[in-house]
Amino acid sequence: MPLDLFTVGEPIADTKAPRDVPIDKRWDERKFRAKLVNPANRRRLSIIVVGTGLAGGSAAATLAEMGYRVQNFWFQDSPRRAHSVAAQGGINAAKNYRNDGDSVHRLFYDTVKGGDFRSREDNVYRLAEVSTNIIDQCVAQGVPFAREYGGLLDNRSFGGAQVSRTFYARGQTGQQLLYGAYQALERQIGLGNVEQHPRTEMLDLIVVDGRARGIVVRDLITGAISSHFADAVVLASGGYSNVFYLSTNAKGSNVTAAWRAHKRGALFANPCYTQIHPTCIPVSGDYQSKLTLMSESLRNDGRVWVPKERGDERDPRQIPEDERDYFLERKYPAFGNLVPRDIASRQAKNVCDEGRGVGPSGLGVYLDFTDAIQRMGRKTIEAKYGNLFDMYNRITGEDAYETGMRIYPAVHYTMGGLWVDYDLESTIPGLFVIGEANFSDHGANRLGASALMQGLADGYFVLPNTISNYLAAGPFPKVDATHPAAVEAEQGVRAQTERLLSINGTRTVASFHRELGKLMWDLCGMERSEESLRKALDRIPEIRHEFWTNVKVSGEQGRFNQNLEHAGRVADFIELAELMCVDALHRNESCGGHFRAESQTPEGEALRDDENYAYVAAWEYTPNGTPPVLHREALEYEYVHLAQRSYK
Amino acid sequence: MSRVTMAWLGVTCARGIPCEAVATVTTQQPQRRAPKTGRFSNSVVKKTVMAVSGIIMILYLIAHMIGNLHAFEGADEFNEYSHWIRTIGEPAAPHGTVLWIIRLVLLASVVAHFWSAISLWRQARRARPVAYVTKKRVQQSFASRTVRWGGVILLLFVIWHILDLTFGAVNPAGTGTTPYERLVASFQNIPITLFYVLAMVLLGLHLRHGIFAATQTLGQTNKRRERAVNGIAYVVATLLTAGFLLVPLSIASGLID
Amino acid sequence: MNLTLKVWRQLDRTQKGKMVTYHVTDVSPDMSFLEMLDVLNEKLILEGDDPVAFDHDCREGICGSCGLMIDGIAHGPEQATVCQLHMRSFKDGDVIDIEPWRSGGFPVVKDLVVDRSALDRIISAGGFISAPTGTAPDAHAVPVPKKDSDAAFDAATCIGCGACVAACPNGSAMLFTAAKVSHLGLLPQGQPERDMRVLRMVAQQDAEDFGGCSNIGECSAVCPKGISMETISRLNHDLLGALRAGAVPTS
Ligand SMILES: Cc1cc2nc3c(=O)[nH]c(=O)nc-3n(C[C@H](O)[C@H](O)[C@H](O)COP(=O)(O)OP(=O)(O)OC[C@H]3O[C@@H](n4cnc5c(N)ncnc54)[C@H](O)[C@@H]3O)c2cc1C
Ligand code: HEM
Ligand code: HEM
Ligand code: SF4
Ligand code: F3S
Ligand code: FES
Repeated sequence: MPLDLFTVGEPIADTKAPRDVPIDKRWDERKFRAKLVNPANRRRLSIIVVGTGLAGGSAAATLAEMGYRVQNFWFQDSPRRAHSVAAQGGINAAKNYRNDGDSVHRLFYDTVKGGDFRSREDNVYRLAEVSTNIIDQCVAQGVPFAREYGGLLDNRSFGGAQVSRTFYARGQTGQQLLYGAYQALERQIGLGNVEQHPRTEMLDLIVVDGRARGIVVRDLITGAISSHFADAVVLASGGYSNVFYLSTNAKGSNVTAAWRAHKRGALFANPCYTQIHPTCIPVSGDYQSKLTLMSESLRNDGRVWVPKERGDERDPRQIPEDERDYFLERKYPAFGNLVPRDIASRQAKNVCDEGRGVGPSGLGVYLDFTDAIQRMGRKTIEAKYGNLFDMYNRITGEDAYETGMRIYPAVHYTMGGLWVDYDLESTIPGLFVIGEANFSDHGANRLGASALMQGLADGYFVLPNTISNYLAAGPFPKVDATHPAAVEAEQGVRAQTERLLSINGTRTVASFHRELGKLMWDLCGMERSEESLRKALDRIPEIRHEFWTNVKVSGEQGRFNQNLEHAGRVADFIELAELMCVDALHRNESCGGHFRAESQTPEGEALRDDENYAYVAAWEYTPNGTPPVLHREALEYEYVHLAQRSYK
Repeated sequence: MSRVTMAWLGVTCARGIPCEAVATVTTQQPQRRAPKTGRFSNSVVKKTVMAVSGIIMILYLIAHMIGNLHAFEGADEFNEYSHWIRTIGEPAAPHGTVLWIIRLVLLASVVAHFWSAISLWRQARRARPVAYVTKKRVQQSFASRTVRWGGVILLLFVIWHILDLTFGAVNPAGTGTTPYERLVASFQNIPITLFYVLAMVLLGLHLRHGIFAATQTLGQTNKRRERAVNGIAYVVATLLTAGFLLVPLSIASGLID
Repeated sequence: MNLTLKVWRQLDRTQKGKMVTYHVTDVSPDMSFLEMLDVLNEKLILEGDDPVAFDHDCREGICGSCGLMIDGIAHGPEQATVCQLHMRSFKDGDVIDIEPWRSGGFPVVKDLVVDRSALDRIISAGGFISAPTGTAPDAHAVPVPKKDSDAAFDAATCIGCGACVAACPNGSAMLFTAAKVSHLGLLPQGQPERDMRVLRMVAQQDAEDFGGCSNIGECSAVCPKGISMETISRLNHDLLGALRAGAVPTS
């Protein structure tokens, strides 16, 4: 292995899951063994929560209900705008309302297998266990899930699952779930139990005597930089897909909070695991600022194809049936258009790489509904997908009832994140990480409808139980802004802002972000090879250097300055990108969303190497440009047996 | 209980060169405004007052419009009618009692209607302290846009109208005349007639919006009923306007004299 | 295509603002309106000017961050959010006025960015169902008629963008408030707090320098989620019902 790029440190392990009892008893047992905080003492304990998405919003509301003093920070103007609002498809839960053989164990099994055996069994089992409580909780809050005429909740099967366990609210499940959490949070704000800090960005973590005790933030309206303290800090700051510039994430989604915590000592796990979603609207030009996801459900009825000939620029309606290549149906006769996301994405990339892609950029494949419309009638298709067809029409100006929809894969979700144990505590005591920001439950690939489940499981049910074990030892000695650790952190933040503003070079922040994103997509995207990753690792330091010597950031620090915000985020993305490439390079196997060209079966499918890589790669940051340190957490499979995925 | 910390107020002098200023700040907390208490500070309650008083006035106007049509039966019948309204309830109640009750209810309605209109108007002005440079209408009808000024003109009209036809104070025929004489005198005068026509058109517009609005304000519209309510608003507004206009126009055109 | 933009520039809440004219060239019809503004901003940054501040995040019409008055219409000529508006709705040579939402309840933060936290305070006054975590009965314990559940959903799709306030000649937030009152009031879970909810939310709305509704309907006509005026009727109905039931109009 290329030892110049990293060094290997001590292995790590989760010590919190009570592995002495069977897996279905572990969560109860953990709750029983964890120390409790007496309700009267909770008012004396304070908790900082960064983020108001499904994870942060639900956690802040629940912790406040329990009686802790909560300070909640987020960068949008309202908690309701956290990126979770954009999730479309649905949320899984092992309710077995359909009586189709679903169970906690089956959801657990599917998730471990779907994650390509790179997740921790204990966490996944617990996720499946609390999934049912989530639905109850959300319904009680008034989340308007889809219902049947009998008045009971409707379910659908999603992402190729063999049971119907996905609860949904039209194509706006994330929005409705988030509003449930948001309303609970607003209730606590109204009651004075949560101190809110909208439009405030976390820029550093304050660690005092080895414990996470506070954060440094910038008020995005006034530019004021200040420190805030508490007995524990919870990060729920979401995923980092925007390292690719173009992704389905919101423009503001960033890695800054997690990355700064990483630089303060929290290990970053599996950074290279990214999920590429196959059905997004293709890029239309250089100015493109973000990609839009079209629900995966379209693949239930649409057929994916490209012309057999390269460079065939005819109108799709003019291309006769025998000159079309329905490549998914051809290669995967059993699953056809419904193969998992990673496979569908990679095959689309392959045909485009062969020069058979469609649309102005050549980066697109058709998702064709002609057959479905003939079979079921336009009315049925309208009823099922009308809103998606409208959205497609609004963005592209094309009518998908008439002509094939064009789709292309796009980065969608990041499975990697800060390493946490069973209690969701990072390697910095008192720093808890929940939601997409942690690495815990999805392994190398996330199944559809399970991120919402994880965010809410963490925020409503897991963290509120485990954090007490830590807080039972509190309140910790009082810290204020004069503490050397706080002074140092604040100064660091100020120095960075000052520096960004003073470079005054010739390139805009966005141009760096675009360059970095393109490089990551080309070299560390759907398919990675030693060659591509080495190339990326040569180029990223150059980009970083150019950024810090030639970026032009406008405006002032002491004002509302979106350009400055963006600059800080891109600076962190550049550093993260390097670690992603190192991680991708060191993992010389293909698994889930991580496809290494060197590691494939003769048919071109991902080939895992359980012998050498059945571990979580948790990276330690080392200062001054020295290589990161790899800590391995060995993964053991007691309940689900390691097996190669096959969708033939 | 915001956490107050020493922080740096980022003041930048020349480009990019920050000049330090140490101040005590915290991150901004949205200010909470205490809601007002009391039933009548609630904007929906005000609207309800407007709707109820408006409906009372509409009921009166329907009766009034029908009453006015007595003019077609000639002077005696009309004067008789005018006399009759003052004697309703007699002898159980003294002369004019019922009329006065009606007058008081109407006066109260006008006052209440006017008070809530002004109060909501002022609230609306506070709600948009800076005007748009460009603002287009997407949906609002002419009727809905003219309620406020139309209402004010209607109020002026009513005052003038009472001085004219009830008291004769501003009537060309003067005080001490019969109601029918006053009626004819007014509408043989072209400017006065035109003023009445204008007022009736405004009344029509006011009711076109007002009837729909009152139904909505009282919480009685929904998607299914929307068309019906709008239809009723049109019909009632048109009928009232037309019914009222019949008398002045007939007099002005010499049909009645 | 080439366009002339007249953009409201205002340094912060305390300063006076004014319209400033900019020219953008080579605009592609496939660009979204916000991407067109991105292009303008890149140019301004390189020229050493202050880029135009505007709120945005998801850029797919769901977060409710974006919101501009475009040529006098909230969110522009299509009934969708600004991020979903594409330049093919304009033509070469157009002059486009761009202003922030204007409302006493939405003070300007900078340029086209306003502070919409008043809407959150309306929610925090009563726009919720109190269901402390972990206390919920099984989700199938209470069936909800599909009709009610669908109507609740229609109302629940409000994204809190504030276009209704921006468009209303009275600067009223009624459609926003009514959407939440309808969503929760239509569900069985929402019944216990139904009276207090509507009274407190309306009282908070009045306290936030929003106007009263006079049933004009501009709000619903520009609402990107098509929230219907029916919700306002429902709110009025609930409020009067609450008053008849003897509740007091505020907390
Ligand atoms: C288009 C799309 C569709 C999806 N569909 C589905 C689906 O159907 N089913 C499913 O299960 N999953 C889906 N997902 C994934 C899922 O939505 C996300 O993984 C999940 O919502 C993440 O929630 P979160 O709470 O962890 O983070 P987020 O919702 O991203 O919230 C992050 C929060 O952190 C705050 N924050 C971030 N950085 C900082 C900082 N530096 N300082 C202060 N605050 C900060 C933000 O303000 C925000 O409040 C989808 C994702 C996308 C992009
Ligand atoms: C005294 C002079 C009047 C004034 C200043 C006035 C003003 C107004 C105003 C400002 C409105 C509010 C429109 C709105 O906010 O929706 C209104 C509504 C209404 N008006 Fe009048 N008006 C007057 C006379 C009348 C008369 C004479 C009638 C009936 C015959 C009437 C019937 C109504 C009705 C039914 C409404 C609808 C109430 C609602 O909005 O719920 N008004 N008026
Ligand atoms: C063209 C239409 C109208 C005609 C011809 C008309 C005619 C009259 C007449 C003749 C009287 C005097 C009756 C009497 O003293 O015995 C009267 C009184 C009155 N009218 Fe009208 N009217 C018209 C429209 C209206 C309208 C639109 C309103 C209100 C908005 C109105 C409100 C009143 C009132 C309040 C009185 C006084 C009743 C009283 O207190 O005695 N009228 N009208
Ligand atoms: S009601 Fe419509 S316009 Fe108003 S905030 Fe909600 S979504 Fe926006
Ligand atoms: S435009 Fe305004 S007046 Fe009412 S109906 Fe809509 S809030
Ligand atoms: S940016 Fe999210 S709705 Fe427009």
